Amino acid sequence: MTATTRREPAAAGIGTWLSDAWQMVKRNLIHIRRTPELLLDVTISPIMFVLLFSLVFGGAIDVPRDSYINFLMAGIFVQTIAFAGIYTGVLLANDLKNGMIDRFRSLPMSQSSVLTGRTLTDLLRATLAVAIMWLVGMAVGFRPSGGVLGGVGAVGLMLLFGFALSWIGVAMGALVRTPEALQGIIFAAVFPLTFVSSAFVDTATMPDWLEWFANRQPMTLVIDAVRSLTLDGTGGPAAVPAILWSVGILAVCFPLGIWAFNRRTLQ
Amino acid sequence: MTHSDTAVIRARALEKHFGETHALRGIDIDVPEGRILAVLGPNGAGKTTAVRILATLTLADGGEATGAGVDVRTHPAEVRARIGLTGQFAALDELLTGRENLDMIGRLYHLPGSTVRRRVGELLARFDLEDAADRPVKTYSGGMRRRLDLAGSLVAEPPILFLDEPTTGLDPRSRLGMWQLISELVAGGTTLLLTTQYLEEADRLADQIAVMDHGQVIARGTADELKARVGGERLVVTIARSDQLDAAARAIASLGGEPQVDAPQRHVSIAVNGGDGILTRAVRALDAAGVAVDDAGVRRPTLDDVFLVLTGQHPDADMQAASSVDVRELDEVPA
Repeated sequence: MTATTRREPAAAGIGTWLSDAWQMVKRNLIHIRRTPELLLDVTISPIMFVLLFSLVFGGAIDVPRDSYINFLMAGIFVQTIAFAGIYTGVLLANDLKNGMIDRFRSLPMSQSSVLTGRTLTDLLRATLAVAIMWLVGMAVGFRPSGGVLGGVGAVGLMLLFGFALSWIGVAMGALVRTPEALQGIIFAAVFPLTFVSSAFVDTATMPDWLEWFANRQPMTLVIDAVRSLTLDGTGGPAAVPAILWSVGILAVCFPLGIWAFNRRTLQ
Repeated sequence: MTHSDTAVIRARALEKHFGETHALRGIDIDVPEGRILAVLGPNGAGKTTAVRILATLTLADGGEATGAGVDVRTHPAEVRARIGLTGQFAALDELLTGRENLDMIGRLYHLPGSTVRRRVGELLARFDLEDAADRPVKTYSGGMRRRLDLAGSLVAEPPILFLDEPTTGLDPRSRLGMWQLISELVAGGTTLLLTTQYLEEADRLADQIAVMDHGQVIARGTADELKARVGGERLVVTIARSDQLDAAARAIASLGGEPQVDAPQRHVSIAVNGGDGILTRAVRALDAAGVAVDDAGVRRPTLDDVFLVLTGQHPDADMQAASSVDVRELDEVPA
C-alpha cells in the first residue's frame, strides 16, 4: 500500500541510472541556456554582496583577521551556496506544478534520477557561483594565502555542504504546496541563519546566548572551516564538525527527499 | 505472453479515495489486444483516476490492475516499459524544443541513440511538426502541443497506450486531425484506452465503450449495443418554451410509451417502433395541447440519449444548461 512496497527501477543498473541523471542534467542546462536569468541568484547577487559588505560595511566592522575582505569571503561563499542549494526545492516544486513529473513517472527511467539530476545541476550552478565570487573577491583585495590544497579543500567542503542543502530543498519542495510558499520559507529560515553566524561578524561580539547558538550551528562551522582553509591552508577545529554536519544532513534528507517526492507524486 | 482472448489492459474492483471523496468505487476494465476502449463520462466521473492507476502514476486503495499481464503495483517499472501515456494536460518541457522533448523521452526509454534519432524524425514528420521542431514548445499552439505530447507517448512504440481526453480543448479542425492519428495508430495494433467527455469521439473511435459516472462503470458495450438499450429509433421534438415541457410530455405520452424529458435542451423524446404516421400524429397532439414546436423528427439514438437514459442527465449537463440560458436570454430580447 505504501511506496516502499513498490520495487522501483527493477531493471536499472548504474549505467542506466547515470544515463537518466545525465538526461535530467542536460534538460536543466538547456533551461539555463534559454533563460539565463536563472543564473542571477548565483552571479549578480553574490557580486553585490561582496562589493556591498567589503566596501560599505567593511570599514566599520572589526574582525580577527588581517583584512575584512579576507574574513568576509568565506561568509559570502557559504551564504550563496546555502541559498542556491535550498533553491533547488523551488525549481523542483515548479516541475511538480506542471505535468512534466507525470511524464517522467510514466517512463521506465530510474525515478530517483529526476531528483539527482536536479541536485547535480545545482551543484554546477554553485560551482559557477564560487568561481565568480572568488574572482570578484580577488579584484577587491581577497588574498587567500592557504595555498592550492587549502583552496581545493575549501571548494570541496562548500560543494558538499551545498549538495546536502539541496536535498533539504528537495524534501521541502516535495512537502510544500507551492513554489511561492517555499520561497517565503527559505527567506525566513536561511537569512537569520546566515546573519546569526560568523559570516559577516566575529560571533564574540554577539550577546552570550546568541553567541552560544551561533558557534554551534552548521553555517558557522562550515564558514569557519572554509575561512581557515582559504587563509591558513588547514581546516582548523571546525572542519570535522562541518563535514559531519554535511554528511548527516545528506544521510537524513536524501532518503527523506525521495520519500516525500514519491508520496507527493503517487497521490 | 498474451493471447487474443486475454485482456492486455485489465483492472478488477479498483478503489480509490481522496480524503472524503470516493473517486473509484470498484471498477473492472478489460481491453483485449489491439482494441480500443473508450471510457466515457462527465468531469469528476473518475476517468482520469482510473487511467493514472493503470499507468502506474497513482496507487489504488483496493483491487488490482495489470498492463500486459504485469501488476502495476508490484512491478511499475516493467509496466512503464510497455506503456505510453498522454495526459489531459500536455506534459512537455516548455523551454525545450519539440525535437529535444522527443529526444529526451526516447533516451529515458533507454532506446539506442540511432533508434531515438530515427523515431524522432519519423514522428515529427508524421505529426506535421517538422517546421516547428527546433522552436521551444512555449511558442506552440494548443493543437501542436497535443500532437507533440501524443508523439512523446509513441517514441518507444509501446504496445499499450493511454490517452486521457486527447481532444479536450481543441478546435474542431485539430480534433479531426487527432482522430485521424488515433485511428491510424490502432490500425497498427496498439491496444488503447482513451477517456473522453465527447460521445461522438467514443462512437467514432472505440470498439467498446464503458460509461462511467460517480466512480462506477454504469454501462458497457459497443456503441450499437448501448444505443439499443434506449430502444431503436426515437421521436424527438424540440419545443419552443421551457414552461410547456410538462404539457408537451403529456401530449407525447398520449401516443403510447414513456417520454424522456431533457429540460435544458427542451427536448421531449419517445421510442417509436415503426409506427406509421407517428410524426404527423405527434405534431397534431402537440398542436392540440397548444405547445409551440421548434423542431421535430425521428432519428437513431445517439450516445447522448444513452447517457440520459442511464443517469437521468446529460454528461455535459452544466455546459448545456449554461448555453440554454443564453438562448433564453436572446429570446427575451424585444424584436
